[in-house]
Amino acid sequence: MKRKALSLALTATLFTGSLLAAEPKTGGNIVITYQNDVATLDPAIGYDWQNWSMIKSLFGRLMDYKPGTTELVPSLAERYTISDDGTEYTFALKRGVKFHNGRELKASDVKYSLERTVNPKTQSPGAGFFSAIAGYEDVTAGKTQTLSGVATPGDYTVTIKLSQPNATFLHVMALNFASVVPKEAVQQWGADFGKHPVGSGAFELAEWKLGQSLVFKKNPAYFESGLPYLDSIRFEIGQDPTVSLLRLQKGEVDIAGDGVPPAQFLQFKNNPQQKSLIVTGEQLQTGYLTLKTTMPPFDKLEVRKAVNMAISKDRIVRIINGRATPANQPLPPSMPGYDSTYTGYPYDVEGAKKLLAEAGFPSGFDTELYVMNTDPQPRIAQSIQQDLAKVGIRVQIKSLAQANVIAAGSEKKQAPMVWSGGMAWIADFPDPSNFYGPILGCESAVPGGWNWSLYCNKAIDAEAKKADAMAKPEEQEARTALWRKVFTDIMDDAPWVPIFNEKRFTVRSARMGGDDALYVDPVHIPVNYDYIWVK
Amino acid sequence: MLAFMTRRVAYSLLILLGVTLITYLLLYMLPADPARQIAGRSATPEVIANIRHQLGLDLPFYQQYFNYLKGLLQGDLGRSFIQRSEVSELIGARLVPSLQLMGMGILFELIIGVGMGIIAALKRDSFADRLLMALSFVGVSSPQFIAAMLFLYFFAVKLGWFPMGGYGEFRHILLPALTLGLLGSGWYSRMVRSSMIEILHQDFIRTARAKGLSRARVVFRHVLPNAIVPVIPMIGIDIGIFMGGLVVVESVFGWPGIGQLAWQAIQQVDIPVIVGVTTVSAVAIVLGNLLADLTIPLIDPRIDVKKH
Amino acid sequence: MKILLGLCCRPVVAMALLFILVVMLLALFAPWVAPYDPFEQFVEGLSLEGAPLPPDATYHLGTDLLGRDLLSRLLYGARTSLLIGLIANGIAVLIGTLVGLTAGFVRGWIGTILMRFTDLMMAFPALLLAIALAAIFQPSVWIVALVISMVNWVQIARVIYSETVALSARDFVAVERTLGASALRILFSHLLPHLVPTILVWATLGISTTVLLEATLSFLGVGVQPPTPSWGNIIFESQTYFTSAPWLVLFPGAAIVLLSLSFNLVGDALRDALDPTLKGRS
Repeated sequence: MKRKALSLALTATLFTGSLLAAEPKTGGNIVITYQNDVATLDPAIGYDWQNWSMIKSLFGRLMDYKPGTTELVPSLAERYTISDDGTEYTFALKRGVKFHNGRELKASDVKYSLERTVNPKTQSPGAGFFSAIAGYEDVTAGKTQTLSGVATPGDYTVTIKLSQPNATFLHVMALNFASVVPKEAVQQWGADFGKHPVGSGAFELAEWKLGQSLVFKKNPAYFESGLPYLDSIRFEIGQDPTVSLLRLQKGEVDIAGDGVPPAQFLQFKNNPQQKSLIVTGEQLQTGYLTLKTTMPPFDKLEVRKAVNMAISKDRIVRIINGRATPANQPLPPSMPGYDSTYTGYPYDVEGAKKLLAEAGFPSGFDTELYVMNTDPQPRIAQSIQQDLAKVGIRVQIKSLAQANVIAAGSEKKQAPMVWSGGMAWIADFPDPSNFYGPILGCESAVPGGWNWSLYCNKAIDAEAKKADAMAKPEEQEARTALWRKVFTDIMDDAPWVPIFNEKRFTVRSARMGGDDALYVDPVHIPVNYDYIWVK
Repeated sequence: MLAFMTRRVAYSLLILLGVTLITYLLLYMLPADPARQIAGRSATPEVIANIRHQLGLDLPFYQQYFNYLKGLLQGDLGRSFIQRSEVSELIGARLVPSLQLMGMGILFELIIGVGMGIIAALKRDSFADRLLMALSFVGVSSPQFIAAMLFLYFFAVKLGWFPMGGYGEFRHILLPALTLGLLGSGWYSRMVRSSMIEILHQDFIRTARAKGLSRARVVFRHVLPNAIVPVIPMIGIDIGIFMGGLVVVESVFGWPGIGQLAWQAIQQVDIPVIVGVTTVSAVAIVLGNLLADLTIPLIDPRIDVKKH
Repeated sequence: MKILLGLCCRPVVAMALLFILVVMLLALFAPWVAPYDPFEQFVEGLSLEGAPLPPDATYHLGTDLLGRDLLSRLLYGARTSLLIGLIANGIAVLIGTLVGLTAGFVRGWIGTILMRFTDLMMAFPALLLAIALAAIFQPSVWIVALVISMVNWVQIARVIYSETVALSARDFVAVERTLGASALRILFSHLLPHLVPTILVWATLGISTTVLLEATLSFLGVGVQPPTPSWGNIIFESQTYFTSAPWLVLFPGAAIVLLSLSFNLVGDALRDALDPTLKGRS
């Protein structure tokens, strides 16, 4: 017996209607700037700040989120059902959905796209997300190219079998990596598909001048009728954020994609005219300091607790001009499972000294802190350095390029402390599970992983696995409670010092319309291009 | 002459080979793992090993380098690890803006440098001479990033004379090119000044003056053409200095050139791109030096090319 | 010696020398001169919103983005910048002279290899090389100095090489040779003394280049590690605040330009004074 999960017949106009105060207007061309190059628009590969939301607008996926929220809704799927044991998902596809090349999107395309992402030849950074699908191991091992768990009983039906129940699976199907691509276009362009993307999204790529600009034009045949509102978006690349902001004030730019640079933040915020252009939003992000639990002296719990108590998070937040809120646990406040009653470790210099003395370090010790070398990260590291000096811990800062920090982060004998800023954990999808496995779980506590504390608590790992298997809707409350416990239990082991949760600031020109939430969309990062419009 | 040129060209190729070898070796030693970056945050060690194998990163150094050379001979610079596209395509897209900026920069250098040199030489030991030479000194003593930031702030932000960045129209190139030109003009102005002074003292100029030719005519017909001669090989050498300046100036002005490409690639340890950019820069520098070597004997026949 | 004394009498050069001297003294006595600890992040050194403070009576040159006294950091930064300038340049001059002298004097295949290698290094984009080296050997003051000298020796080697070749061809060396003087004797008592002026000039000019390269590396974030101040990394840390806190860029920027300018002026004056081919012409 299968049961219907949600009432799904929501149309796009319905939820935008409830979201927007003013009536959206169709038409208009806007300019958006980014500093860094758009590496690729291949949905199986793109994993950057710049291309994340672009890919979302170029391609369609079975699942998506209600704009501006973290609420899952079917997208290419008309509806879906989950088997009783939680291991089989059946998606019924919308009919008449067209790729940009005019061909209709069928169930076989969904199967092909998933298999393409998982195939090791694609080198997708997102392949690991699909490990729950039955047959995943055979594909990654190179034994076969087809996922045995994915079947297409009809042109408009896809069934996906999981090797075990997984509560995050629908989120995974909403990831960019699960975007549906047409096989013929991928084969035509081969490795250059990322430069010639063909999808079924609200926009299609009209022009790309490498290193300079991209132009998206409206997809007139988009399956969500009435969308997108904009006729075209021109992305200008290589623009310094400060310069972008000045150009925005002059009216040359509509959205500064990299937000307000720290330096301009105060000026901008304190200027009554410009203040209204800023949209502030929560971000599913935590900035943290990892303490390598396998490396003396951080193998001692007292030492890790002492470090937690010695750092003044308020001062760090002040240094970045209040662009964040101090954190006391791994999960950010807007994530389900966040424990608002948990108070964490207090800022207590004397207490920290006492703990250090108990651990056998009355006069402190020498250690190193790895940090990425772009502003403001080295400054934050220096603030941490000064705080730790007060309890006798002498820190040497290693300010390196991002790639070098990442490489050192998971080494057993290196990087006793790493400040995560600039590489910080922004959730791939709005579920607490995403904050555990890849950065705190035992599986990722290996060289090459992202668990830079090399923290592994078997008991907690078992609880996390249990939580991940709770896929039924009626279990959700219990599941969230279990996650809440997992993350506060982790804090008892103190593998991290959670420092702050960064807020997001998007600046848009006065002529831009649409709900504020669209400009700080928690999933379509940074901006949901499909729903914004020009006044 | 032909034999000399052939030898110079062959020698230049050898130098390029050396440059790629050293670059490759340096990057091989770099403590960062491109496979991990590609594999992303959810990757298992097997996936990483798989990618490493696909990219040939598990091969011994000499084999990796040999493969690279093999590709290079076929005009294949490899594929970017991060951007997942042909390096030649990436560099190709960036090369034109960089060449534009370099061309305009050198043009400004010449206009400003030669102009200042002429005035200084003609008004030798006057206040104007001292001032101009002092300015040229300040120019060569200033780091590009400071000058670039100052110019951006005053001329674009405060005065609004120039756009604050961007690419495509003529007005966009002016400020970055002026920054490069002003800073680099110092060497030219000093060189032109001293060679002008030397020539002004020579007999044929005195004769020309004695024949009653006007001062302006003497300067423009006789002195200047001779005084500018040493500047020509200097342009060749200057190309090398320019390559460094591009990284800084392009990043301040947001110019979509190979300097920015290089900087981003270094941050991300995108080895094929770094090697590619280094190779292309080295080609530019070698070509510049070749130009200098080949023009010097044409200009000054006293220098015997065979000695080189 | 007369020539050197003559240097000081040109007012611009005298001012440059004075400036270098003052910076050196300030750097040397930084702990006594600096009003504050350059590493101390003052709570009251930042506004409530976390903005740096402009110059005032307490912090004469204002504070930086962490609330540290900029003047004190500049004074200590002078130590780093000068230290790197002198060390890096010293090593560069040493390597350059050794390579150039050996290649020019010994010639043969050793000379060929050395000069071919020099040509190779000339073709290397210096800044890219420095950035790559700095990334491999995680930068400390010493590593930065070493990286810079690895890049900067090339020019000196070339100059010394051509000077040595020219000198060796001169009559007095040939006479010595026929008289049976040993190679070392020719090297030390005839070539080297003649090269001293050139080395001196390049050593002085080179400091300027070195100071600029250190600043540029720091500006790109691959220079001296924080919290050690250097003039370059003070600007690097503050660059994005340039429009709202210009003093953080202007003061260290002016310091870099003035120091580099001073070394250039002195080096240039030295060249005028020591280069025999220019003598009597001006």
